[in-house]
Amino acid sequence: MKPFTYERAQSPAEAAAAAARIAGAKFIAGGTNLLDLMKLEIETPAHLIDVNGLKLDTIEATAEGGLRIGALARNTDLAADPRVRRNYGLLSRALLAGASGQLRNKATTAGNLLQRTRCPYFYDTNQPCNKRQPGSGCAAIGGFSRQHAVLGVSENCIATQPSDMAVAMMALDATVETVRADGATRKIPIADFYRAPADTPETETVLAPGELILAVTLPKPVGGKHIYHKVRDRASYAFALVSVGAIVQRDGSGRAALGGVAHKPWRIAAAEAEMPRGAKAVAERLLAGATPTHENAFKLPLVERTLAAVLSDARA
Amino acid sequence: MAKVSFNVNGESRALDLDTRTTLLDALREHLLLTGSKKGCDHGQCGACTVMVNGRRINSCLTLAVMHEGDAITTIEGLGMPGHLHPLQQAFIKHDGYQCGYCTPGQIVSAVAVLDEIKAGIPSHVSADLNAIPQVAEAELRERMSGNICRCGAYSNIVDAITEVAGSKG
Repeated sequence: MKPFTYERAQSPAEAAAAAARIAGAKFIAGGTNLLDLMKLEIETPAHLIDVNGLKLDTIEATAEGGLRIGALARNTDLAADPRVRRNYGLLSRALLAGASGQLRNKATTAGNLLQRTRCPYFYDTNQPCNKRQPGSGCAAIGGFSRQHAVLGVSENCIATQPSDMAVAMMALDATVETVRADGATRKIPIADFYRAPADTPETETVLAPGELILAVTLPKPVGGKHIYHKVRDRASYAFALVSVGAIVQRDGSGRAALGGVAHKPWRIAAAEAEMPRGAKAVAERLLAGATPTHENAFKLPLVERTLAAVLSDARA
Repeated sequence: MAKVSFNVNGESRALDLDTRTTLLDALREHLLLTGSKKGCDHGQCGACTVMVNGRRINSCLTLAVMHEGDAITTIEGLGMPGHLHPLQQAFIKHDGYQCGYCTPGQIVSAVAVLDEIKAGIPSHVSADLNAIPQVAEAELRERMSGNICRCGAYSNIVDAITEVAGSKG
């Protein structure tokens, strides 16, 4: 690990200001992803701003009938919150499908959204990777690409966003609330939060340098059956090959977002309109324009079959 | 370097550490509590599991300086020869290990798992998110999935945890 200096921030504004003032500074909360990457020297911050003391861990009802989830709410606490279990079961299910008990106790809501890809070439510092070292090339394209993206890829990067929680947040129309160094706050719809890899796969979100996430807000519950179906190589503690997060209403209408297939949770309005017609119709719209590699082409039929399983569960 | 003070197994400890020191290295190398093990050092194996303020975490994936004022419980704090924790006793009785390297992490994790079930925290295999979770084999296997045992003592580990859960009523 590279040496770094360390401070404990006392307020969100102070944390954002410190991040803007100190070159190479990064926020640390749960640290479960950042420290892993720092040990491998994939992340090399010169300064860490510990935000754990900012008291951003509450989960509160909003005036609009939704929930405002503090950036520091731990994955375990969010998954176990009675209001989340009752009204946003998809979010509980997605959280519980991810990581291990130890990691969920530490990992935060904001950190989960910002976790980096598990592309093995991103992790291997002996390999070229445009995300880790811009301009060095992409070893995944033409390499072992079984886990990689089939949608929204570029000639520079085919990495996936690995978060299960983000898939639920996408289907639930969450909003990300942030503060910048100048004290300005803004609300970013989750659909606009992740950037396509394009020519700059190293920039994964629309957050400005030093911009700090304060909370993630959910609109009022929409009812329906909440299902998160994750297909993976092990029954537990593994990243998704494909996942489907869905909310299905009694009349067959609903919402569906995919995990494990792109740089962001993949959700298409035109596909959701097809939900009453069944999995094949939804999959066709969701997967329009897919560009799989020879190693991950299996994800396309797997998406359709997982959707079929989800719609069948919803009817049961 | 940075100063940090926390409580380990009921004792106050103050350390002056390189900021890069993980909680695991602080415990093992500075406080000589070598029960917690370094397996993968990347949060994948669970051998380093300790409890911080009553919750299990991977001590390899957190910095010691991030734990000012925290209460840390390691395997040594659960029980020692002569006064073993019921789960330590049950692991011996059910032969819940072969080489033993993962065992401290397994036991600390198991203690926390039983607390989590008691607290009503659901898991991936809980059929109903809003029901009270039960101590069942599928629940224990899912909840213990962050602790790897490469000797493959899993079935005996499940037996040990099940026995202690049952005796707690």
